Amino acid sequence: MTTETQTFNPLTNPVSQKKKQKRSRVLLYIFLISFTLIYMLPFFSAIVTSVRTQDDISLNGFWSVPSELTLQNYPDAWNRGRVSRYLLNSFIITIPALIATIFLSSLSAYALARFRFKGNQLIYFMYVAGTMLPFQILLLPVFLLTNKLGLYNTYLAVILIHTAFQLGFCTFVLRNFMKTLPGEIMEAARIDGASEFGIYWRIVMPLTVPGIAAISTLEFTWIFNDYIWALILIQSDTLKPVTSGLASLQGQFITNWPLIVAGALLAAVPTLVVFFVLQRYFIGGLTLGSGK
Amino acid sequence: MAAYGNSAPRKRKVNLVPYMFIVGPLLLYLIWIILPMGYTFYLSLTNWDGISPEMKYIGFENFKSLFNSLGKPIPSAFQYSLENNLRWLIVFITVPVSIGLGLAVLMNRDIKGDRWFKVGIFLPQVLSFAVVALIWAWVYNPRAGLINSLLANMGVENLPGWLADKNLAIWAIIVAATWRQIGYIMILYVAGLKNIDPTLLEAAEIDGANGWQRFWRVVFPLLAPVTTIVVVISIIDSLRSFDLVQIMTRGGPANASSVLANLMYIQAFNNYRMGLGAATAVVLFAISLVFIIVYLYRVMQDEMEY
Repeated sequence: MTTETQTFNPLTNPVSQKKKQKRSRVLLYIFLISFTLIYMLPFFSAIVTSVRTQDDISLNGFWSVPSELTLQNYPDAWNRGRVSRYLLNSFIITIPALIATIFLSSLSAYALARFRFKGNQLIYFMYVAGTMLPFQILLLPVFLLTNKLGLYNTYLAVILIHTAFQLGFCTFVLRNFMKTLPGEIMEAARIDGASEFGIYWRIVMPLTVPGIAAISTLEFTWIFNDYIWALILIQSDTLKPVTSGLASLQGQFITNWPLIVAGALLAAVPTLVVFFVLQRYFIGGLTLGSGK
Repeated sequence: MAAYGNSAPRKRKVNLVPYMFIVGPLLLYLIWIILPMGYTFYLSLTNWDGISPEMKYIGFENFKSLFNSLGKPIPSAFQYSLENNLRWLIVFITVPVSIGLGLAVLMNRDIKGDRWFKVGIFLPQVLSFAVVALIWAWVYNPRAGLINSLLANMGVENLPGWLADKNLAIWAIIVAATWRQIGYIMILYVAGLKNIDPTLLEAAEIDGANGWQRFWRVVFPLLAPVTTIVVVISIIDSLRSFDLVQIMTRGGPANASSVLANLMYIQAFNNYRMGLGAATAVVLFAISLVFIIVYLYRVMQDEMEY
């Protein structure tokens, strides 16, 4: 778009115009590079801190030449800080919750997208509004309910609330995705005698894979990164996911910042990997979710 | 329009098929989301302490005690929380929105390697709040952290206490939250800008509009739907803020960095004042509701276009 300027503007000398443009491009790059680097400074500083020793850093401060470098903080956070256990718990919670959310929301999305029935719009708008609720309006009753059901302090409690809560958002996105699929394919399958569930499972679901891939990556990070439900519903240290685990880690190693930060970086690895590997879907999910 | 369920006028009373698909997830949603919501409203009218078997209905007493605590010489925790939520909200609808939009516009000029800039700025959004909280708690560390260590090296004597400072704590937390938010807003605007028809910009250019005019007169108005969503999301996110406060300061020092979400948690789960906690949750919900309705209205408008 910038290169077209000259053709539209015969009054300016094209040569100096070009020079000026080149200079503004260079400035733009310098700006973007320095902005991004400064922006990432807290993250870089965490990495740098994680390979220093507690004595060195508390004596000399962050902006000093490290007296020694060590990788010891990582195994320490992993074993002594129990990050290995916390991370495992995070996966034990996230994966079933993710599968259940996607499966259940695809069912309701299918019905909402493909059928006209009483309550369709009402249910749809209920799910849409539900995605925006502040968790606090649910905390106490959900806490009491898990106690009543004997689920307090179990993985299942957290899995259930995540599944229920995320259902709203996923139904919203998948329903809109399924609306864009051509109806003729399903009509043809019906004429061929396919069952309703067969149409959903063998025809609609395969066509919905791009939408599912997009929200799955997003939902994975959301569920994985949850802190509040884990805080409310899980008490035992051995069951904590990595978010509430990190908060305990901080309490345990109060002043050992290199170890705490190493733990935080280890905790971030799964979502960072998902983001880097599935970036396209991740971004797709975000924009799908913001309502086109 | 693909509602083939009744595309052929068949002789059937009620088509049960959609209900069979919907009933399972709907039950789960009713049990874990809708009913609990109602129950919080009920709890907010009681003085339940979470332990004793009976809950006494006390009407709007909890709400009265919350709102009567406003305007006292020494601010109450509720007052701090309201003010801090408001601060958070104002920052969130201005700073990340304008920086995110600015970055998106810059990246839209087919920049080589724009992907790497985007990844760098989006990266904090992928981190959990717990990780962000710890990274920033370290940045703000009064003795050795990124900021104070730099200030000390520059010879500054009275180093700020950041998270331990009554006046700075909330702002320090909001900065961390903003850091995580900007990338998200940027990505939404990047997607919005991709949808703008370039011929409109060319037309404006032929008409002699400079870059600035093209942005404000053409691009920005065309982005209005994205901006609405971005502002609503930012407001909702600011009202939901909990994790950072809980991990970085627990609302301290002396409630100075408390937000409503955090206050509710402390009332209910630390002080066992379930009724009061529920009332605080209802207040938070009522504020959110205004914006949830705006959002719903937007989605409904999209619906009409089908």
